Amino acid sequence: MAMQLENIIEKYNKDKTRLMDILIDVQSEEGYISEDAIKKIAGELDISLADVKQTMSFYHFFSDKPTGKYTVYLNDSVVAYMMGRQKVKEAFEKETGIKFGEVTPDGLIGLFDTSCIGMNDQEPAALINGKVFTDLTPFRVKEIIQDIRDGKNIEEMYRSDLGEGENRNELVRSVVRNNIRRIGPVLSKDYIPGRVIKEKLTSMTPEEVIHEIKKSNIRGRGGAGFPTGLKWEFCRKAKGEKKYIFCNADEGEPGTFKDRVILTERPKLLFEGMVIAGYAVGATEGIVYIRYEYMYLKKYLESILQGARDRNLLGKNIGGIEGFNFDIRLQFGAGAYVCGEESALIESAEGKRGEPRDRPPFPVEKGYLDQPTVVNNVETLCSAVKILLNGGEWYTTLGTANSTGTKVLSISGDCRYPGVYEVEWGFSVKDILEMTGADQEDVQAVQVGGPSGTLIGPKEFNRLLCYHDLATGGSLIIIGKQHNLLKDIVTNFTQFFINESCGSCSTCRNITFQMKEKLEKILDGKGIEKDIDDLVEWGKILKVSRCGLGQTSANPIVTSIRNFRHLYDELVAGDKDFESEFDLSEAVKASCDATGRIPVLN
Amino acid sequence: MSKPIVATTSLAGCFGCHMSLLDIDERILDLIELVEFNKSPIDDIKTFTKQCDIGLIEGGCCNSENIHVLKDFRKHCKILVSLGECAIMGGLPALRNGIAIKECLDEAYLNGPTVRDNDKQIVPNDDELPMLLDKVYPCHEIVKIDYYLPGCPPRADLIWNALVALVTGDEMKLPYEVIKFD
Repeated sequence: MAMQLENIIEKYNKDKTRLMDILIDVQSEEGYISEDAIKKIAGELDISLADVKQTMSFYHFFSDKPTGKYTVYLNDSVVAYMMGRQKVKEAFEKETGIKFGEVTPDGLIGLFDTSCIGMNDQEPAALINGKVFTDLTPFRVKEIIQDIRDGKNIEEMYRSDLGEGENRNELVRSVVRNNIRRIGPVLSKDYIPGRVIKEKLTSMTPEEVIHEIKKSNIRGRGGAGFPTGLKWEFCRKAKGEKKYIFCNADEGEPGTFKDRVILTERPKLLFEGMVIAGYAVGATEGIVYIRYEYMYLKKYLESILQGARDRNLLGKNIGGIEGFNFDIRLQFGAGAYVCGEESALIESAEGKRGEPRDRPPFPVEKGYLDQPTVVNNVETLCSAVKILLNGGEWYTTLGTANSTGTKVLSISGDCRYPGVYEVEWGFSVKDILEMTGADQEDVQAVQVGGPSGTLIGPKEFNRLLCYHDLATGGSLIIIGKQHNLLKDIVTNFTQFFINESCGSCSTCRNITFQMKEKLEKILDGKGIEKDIDDLVEWGKILKVSRCGLGQTSANPIVTSIRNFRHLYDELVAGDKDFESEFDLSEAVKASCDATGRIPVLN
Repeated sequence: MSKPIVATTSLAGCFGCHMSLLDIDERILDLIELVEFNKSPIDDIKTFTKQCDIGLIEGGCCNSENIHVLKDFRKHCKILVSLGECAIMGGLPALRNGIAIKECLDEAYLNGPTVRDNDKQIVPNDDELPMLLDKVYPCHEIVKIDYYLPGCPPRADLIWNALVALVTGDEMKLPYEVIKFD
């Protein structure tokens, strides 16, 4: 053990900014991170114990206790529940004899909940020792637990064939399915790796590249929608010793899984996009920050990177461009939604807690290791390749005037064909429902943009997906009438934000929690009209939080009040203007008992 | 028309919010032109002498006296405002909410490292003392609260803007700078 740990620390040159990688490797080798390991790491990296512990305690895939020889992380997102998660969970508990959050006494199996793992189109799903198991049923759970007891290895536990496409790749071997339902410039197979580098980049100056990207009007695809060309230009002009291109592949928004599909099927396109961005801004290093849940793609992606190096599409003098050196490495996260926020992502990649930074300065001025850094979404970088190939002008012919190009959507929930759809901006929600084979009579709501987005009802189904109407990072969850919108959907989303808050701002840490309690008070039939108004007002206070997570964490409640007010009104009783659950005699009982006093209650 | 009447109190707070109120500096002269104060530590009026228009509450409720005062404020004020983190969310005092009350008392009076000269092992229990509540409650869980001013403490400008808005009936100015925390 000591030897292995030493090797791991050596592998990363005792570099404290690689603490995440070290912890990930130790967790994977040992199944947990012991007190001894923490001491050793702190000593070797010359940082304090607290430095190691604060990073470690931030990410939920790190554990200070053994998590079982087989560690099961069962997704607890909304769609998992819609697809029968409760029964699957009960089956796991019944078959193992333990509750979630526990490990069997013999140390064989650990059961844990986890936030959305990016498999919404094949739920309920779980990660078992890092490998994905999809379409779980109580029957499958019985088989899996039996297989574990029989000592089978993970792959022997698959019962279905491997997924399509690169999921069958020898280095992936996963049962995950791509479910690509509609293709466009990003997902199209019509792509020759390296062509843009060799045929276009070689004859363009960095400024010309930025000009072309600006001409296309493409905006960031992560959700915030910042103009990509402008971001690159800011970074190019920023002063720094070294510049970095980050690809944000930390898609953690429940219901989003398009980056998983792009990483599986079009990684070369993505890496080429990073090379282009690197050329444009003058960066020499690219880092793909990938969520831990997609660790099963690691070896495959590393082999693709090696292939690109072998073909001079990465490395020194790329594509024969004298002096253009650029290489890419992978950086895995360890389970934290907030790391999808660009400054939190950078903090995490530096080996720290994924807490968002104060801005300004923005990452383009002071990002990774305080150097100018571009952080782009997976899809944005992929689109950049096609923009250079076909021209910025061509790109503006796709989509709408203000929202050019295409968007890769992750669609799940109550529809016939959940999966990944690449559409031009400007599709209406109604189009989407028709396209995915949802029974429109039976749809009561659509969650656009995940929990941080908007919950809309049928009256708004003619709204358009674009930056000036319904902006979205790409997650659409279709919700049928059989579900209780407030109990099943809104409560789960709010709990998600409570779980994923980094805890830095008091607003996000506290108010979201209190809003959930108030929502539950209403659901228990103890609410009053004022409670609903309070929820709306408290939601506004959250806007002062430092990052997007905190600022949008009231959205499930606030947008459902806006669009489904009648569901709340039905639950609040009469015309009382205040209802306190406080009981003085109950509240003073403990202290009076402790001091031997007789309560005086008038 | 008579001037609007304001009352203020500090429950389980540190008086920081009242200090912040005084931070409106020379505008305090405008304020006393604008309003009349009744029960408040500012003028040291201990009990309500008349019905008031606005009550500013600093601090949450940690004992039976806080509950009594807060309910008294609700009775005497048309509008109640939770002023600051403690009134709104319990604040620092609410850190004890995860710990049983007996454990808190034992630590404070019997076992704590700074406990001296308590040979008789007494935990204060005089009937004159307010009874501690099992946890610290935010004000809105006890009585109806009409408005909330966040901050620890809320900035003087925020308090000033709110008071002026309440008195004049104009919409309140809420620039981002006034309610951001860092």
